[in-house]
Amino acid sequence: MQSDWTFIGLFLIVGALIPAAAIVVSALLSPRKPNPIKDSTYECGIETVGENWVQFKAQYYIFALVFLVFDVETVFLFPWALSLNQLGLFAVVEGIIFIGILVAGLVYAWRKGMLEWV
Amino acid sequence: MTAAQIIFLITAAVILGSAFMVVTTKNLVHAALWLIVTLFGAAVLFATLNAGFIAVVQVVIYIGAIAILFIFAVMLTRRSMTDTGPGLNRGWWLSAAIALLTFGGLVWLVSGWGGFTKAAPAYPSGFDAVAALAHALVSPEAFVLPFEVASVLLLAALVGAVYIAFQRKGEE
Repeated sequence: MQSDWTFIGLFLIVGALIPAAAIVVSALLSPRKPNPIKDSTYECGIETVGENWVQFKAQYYIFALVFLVFDVETVFLFPWALSLNQLGLFAVVEGIIFIGILVAGLVYAWRKGMLEWV
Repeated sequence: MTAAQIIFLITAAVILGSAFMVVTTKNLVHAALWLIVTLFGAAVLFATLNAGFIAVVQVVIYIGAIAILFIFAVMLTRRSMTDTGPGLNRGWWLSAAIALLTFGGLVWLVSGWGGFTKAAPAYPSGFDAVAALAHALVSPEAFVLPFEVASVLLLAALVGAVYIAFQRKGEE
């Protein structure tokens, strides 16, 4: 086992334990005097309207698609970025060209009005 | 039992349990969320096998991208996200039999391979797999052209997605 992964594993365990402990401790310590108004769903102080499982607008999937492309880009750039200080100027320029080509796609999507919040 | 074995057993139990929840839970959104647990377990397995880069790719692509696609597909195709269907259809025993046969066949095939009972070999000291991959990706003698072509391919995917989405928007 490498020590790097041990640290990441410990970090994950501690990171899961702290919020769990916060919830458990608050459940153990807090006094409970429920009434119907307290138990209702909190929605910015307004009474809730409709179901809480609603269908999302179909236009949002363009954000998912654009995110997907840049997510795959991350996989290529991840080893490049990690060893950037060992690589020469040529490699840095290569990576910038790689990013530049994809930025052209982002600019295209932007100009088409695809990134506007609908 | 070594620490690696304990980690493997816990991870395997989590993977099997969450995979079972994926196929038995009736709410599709919950199935997608359980699938994320399964995929994360696979990432932990890759990490324990010294395949750090594959583990990172598993988290970035499968949990980051594929799971997002699943959740979007569920959210966009269902009228209400609480839509539930019957968990089983008539052919469930057939698919269960095929899954068992595939698993048995894979175990039979892989157990014949010499590395089946060996631990993953450690890298020689000072060897950095990710740095080696980075050098291979950007050095002109290796894969610099495929590296840039991959960028063009992603650009084509992005432009295609925007084009299709734009057509849909115009039809409405």
